[in-house]
Amino acid sequence: MIGSIDSIESLSSYDGPGIRAVVFLNECHLRCKYCHNPEMWLKKNNNITSDLLVEKIKRFKNYLLDNGGVTFSGGEPLLQPEFLISCCQKLKEVGFHIALDTAGVGIGQYEEILKYVDLIIFDVKYALSDGYKKLTGKSIDESEKFLEIANKMNKEFWIRQVIIPEVNDNQEYLVALSNYLKKINNITKIEFLPYHKLGSEKYERLGIPYPYKDKKEMDKETCDKLYNEFLKIYL
Amino acid sequence: MKEEWQGFKEGNWCTDIDVRDFIQKNYTEYLDDASFLRPCSKKTQKVWERCSVLLKEELKKGILDVDVDHVSGINSYDAGYIDKENEVIVGLQTDEPLKRIVNPYGGIRMVYNALGAYNYKLNPTIDKYFNEFRKTHNQGVFDAYTKDMRTARTVGLLTGLPDAYGRGRIIGDYRRVALYGIDFLMEKKALDRDNLTGVMTEELIRKREEVTEQYRALEEIKEMALKYGFDISRPAQNAKEAIQWTYFGYLASVKENNGAAMSLGRTSTFLDIYIERDMKKGILSEDEAQELIDQYVIKLRMVRHLRTPEYDELFSGDPTWVTESIGGVGLDGRSLVTKNSYRILHTLFNLGPAPEPNLTILWSTKLPENFKNYCAKVSIETDSIQYENDDIMRPIYGDDYAIACCVSAMKVGKQMQFFGARCNLAKALLYAINGGIDEVKNIKVLDGYQIMTDEVLDYDKVLNTYYKVLEDVASLYVDTMNIIHYMHDKYAYERGQMALHDTEVERLMAFGVAGLSVVADSLSAIKYARVKPIRNQDGISIDFEIEGDFPKYGNDDDRVDRIATSILEKFYKELCRHPLYRDAKHTLSVLTITSNVVYGEKTGATPDGRKATEPFAPGANPMHERDTSGALASLNSVAKIDYANCCRDGVSNTFSIIPNALGEDLPSRIENLVNILDGYFAQGAHHLNVNVLTRETLIDAMENPEKYPLLTIRVSGYAVRFNRLTRKQQQEVISRTFHSRR
Repeated sequence: MIGSIDSIESLSSYDGPGIRAVVFLNECHLRCKYCHNPEMWLKKNNNITSDLLVEKIKRFKNYLLDNGGVTFSGGEPLLQPEFLISCCQKLKEVGFHIALDTAGVGIGQYEEILKYVDLIIFDVKYALSDGYKKLTGKSIDESEKFLEIANKMNKEFWIRQVIIPEVNDNQEYLVALSNYLKKINNITKIEFLPYHKLGSEKYERLGIPYPYKDKKEMDKETCDKLYNEFLKIYL
Repeated sequence: MKEEWQGFKEGNWCTDIDVRDFIQKNYTEYLDDASFLRPCSKKTQKVWERCSVLLKEELKKGILDVDVDHVSGINSYDAGYIDKENEVIVGLQTDEPLKRIVNPYGGIRMVYNALGAYNYKLNPTIDKYFNEFRKTHNQGVFDAYTKDMRTARTVGLLTGLPDAYGRGRIIGDYRRVALYGIDFLMEKKALDRDNLTGVMTEELIRKREEVTEQYRALEEIKEMALKYGFDISRPAQNAKEAIQWTYFGYLASVKENNGAAMSLGRTSTFLDIYIERDMKKGILSEDEAQELIDQYVIKLRMVRHLRTPEYDELFSGDPTWVTESIGGVGLDGRSLVTKNSYRILHTLFNLGPAPEPNLTILWSTKLPENFKNYCAKVSIETDSIQYENDDIMRPIYGDDYAIACCVSAMKVGKQMQFFGARCNLAKALLYAINGGIDEVKNIKVLDGYQIMTDEVLDYDKVLNTYYKVLEDVASLYVDTMNIIHYMHDKYAYERGQMALHDTEVERLMAFGVAGLSVVADSLSAIKYARVKPIRNQDGISIDFEIEGDFPKYGNDDDRVDRIATSILEKFYKELCRHPLYRDAKHTLSVLTITSNVVYGEKTGATPDGRKATEPFAPGANPMHERDTSGALASLNSVAKIDYANCCRDGVSNTFSIIPNALGEDLPSRIENLVNILDGYFAQGAHHLNVNVLTRETLIDAMENPEKYPLLTIRVSGYAVRFNRLTRKQQQEVISRTFHSRR
């Protein structure tokens, strides 16, 4: 089975428990205004077999097997279901913990994929359908489908919400988010990530206009305050 | 059983000199956590405050003082104190703290240069002595050097050779002084000498003379201690004496010698046995135990040698490599971690982080989890310790070895090293391309090579020629080392240190290389991309144009990593073809310390795209920012270098990671760092320096040094105060790969 990846980052401590090897898969249908990996939007030629990818990752097993694992990110990893399934099957045989960093916008086979996934790191984008469309350019429906299946399988979730000034940094949104998340059973962690502009250089290099050119960054303090307010609503 | 040994379990150690046996029979493994540790005592605070004032003054002036009226020697100086009433461990190299020793035995020129730089003048009598009557090691070496050796030295093909001062990297078994007392050691040496009989060959005559000198040195150590009011003719009878006796042994070695690295050995678990015995007797509290260790460490931090400012620039500050090896696992499977392993690390908190002593963890995947976690915490908070793989060293060196300098293992008291600095592998590659002519100095260094005229470099041709160059260089390197150590034994023999070794000692001759990653990437570029030399009017390649991409060392890519390992294997095999002085065993290291900057300065542009004068990567590190596949891939590349069969003198790797990339909070950073260390060493990797800090911190420290007086970072094999690096070295450290999240 072959697939298209941008790169492998051999050490991350953000993308799941412990230390992780992160595989970045190419292609994403969303065009989130704050996206910091625009180089992975487009479908590209296949450049690696699942066997080779697994071989490469197995080279890190001494570091990862104890409390870490492998995380598939991107792009949107769900857009290469056969490749993803093939990789996950082989990684599971070695005993890796597998996390999926996703917005839930794939092309099906979710149940088969999730069989091998221990943790879903779910990027919420926007909790309401209008805002979702505005932020990502796509409908919220596909991600809802994904959530429903993952929920039925009682998969563990880590939730990520990017907080953007004047987009979702208000009380009403926090309430909406809380209602949205209550539909998910098995959440073990919720993170608010302050919007930053570190990705904007990549846009310049790629010659793509940066949608949030005039947007201010979110400061960490405000973001933490919003998080605490959110917890009061949610808990 | 001697009275001082009451309460210890008997064994072979009671009749023969066998410190290992004593440790194995008597130590108490400690499996719990660090919560028992105590803060700095009032007395220690006072002593350390006095030191801090002196250290500041020293930093301002370059050196605080020199004793120009005496010549180095075990018993040449009066007793000296820092703050007598508060010192619980005593002894200084001279009669004043930080006052340096003149040691002309290695070379008088080095003494002149150092004194001249700081406006001191040598006592005329001593001057006359060493000019008219007494030959030095340095003179001996230069009398014997061939023209080729001098050239190799001038162009920087072989550099850092110990031909102008003490060779160092010898560890006396200082614990023997505490366990046995001097008289017992003298009896044993007298017996050994009496047994050295037979046909009086040069070797046997030399041995007899050496053992007699050792015997005499022991007498001097005893007299030196007496000046401080201690009779060390008998064994130590409590913890305080054990530390004091051990330190006297070490102190004698740094009074007599000025070797580049004067390492301490493996003392903390040995000393723990005495501490435990005193605690059982109820005569020592934990506070007092920590006080003893803190003050022991203060003494080790105050060791100095007289160096030239150029030397300090090369090594960034005033390094002495008082390396102490901590932890490890015994042959019976018990770890050698004791409470004292914690106490000595805890000095980094009680006294603040510092480069000396060079605290080195002998890491094993089988170390107690609590101790692993504590080490990781110390790394994250102080950046002051290094790790070396006990699981690969133990099968070779047993369980009572220690590290000399940065990465050199040796059995304590049973093996010694002939230190050999290093050879510039990148320069050697340029010689293969440029017909043996030095690209910077434009002089012929090696005969029998043609300047390559190809428009695009041909991999097979370059590699074959390079192998021939390595054969020639290995031969020249061995010959040079044989001369150096012959002369060092003759003119600057380490009597005191060798007195604390077995009489039949095994010798290792440690060769080294620099520029490994430059060579690996260069050959990879020639093989996988198109490399066109840009030549000057004489046909010498002064730069290279690279078309296309190529695999780079540091990304866990066998295509280039195998080039790196095969170059090392080739060079080591070539070294081994040449016999060594005194039947020493060949060893090889990949270690540059901070000299990677100076090596770079002396080396022209290389086919990997590195420009002329740009620094090399330190040690076995991948080149700066070329390891783009993340930290683990970078570690995996270095881990491929074979320690046991090729690089038994060590493979140094310095790893910098920003705190946030390691984890979001301290507990997760600790857990993750432990997993990184376990994962790295489980693959047979040898050494890792760990720095957990941000590039911004270093830039700020470069611009505002006063804000970071204690900022300590690990470089290749040891730690330095960041403020003592030259600007260029600071910039090089900042330009290294900091593993962070994409």
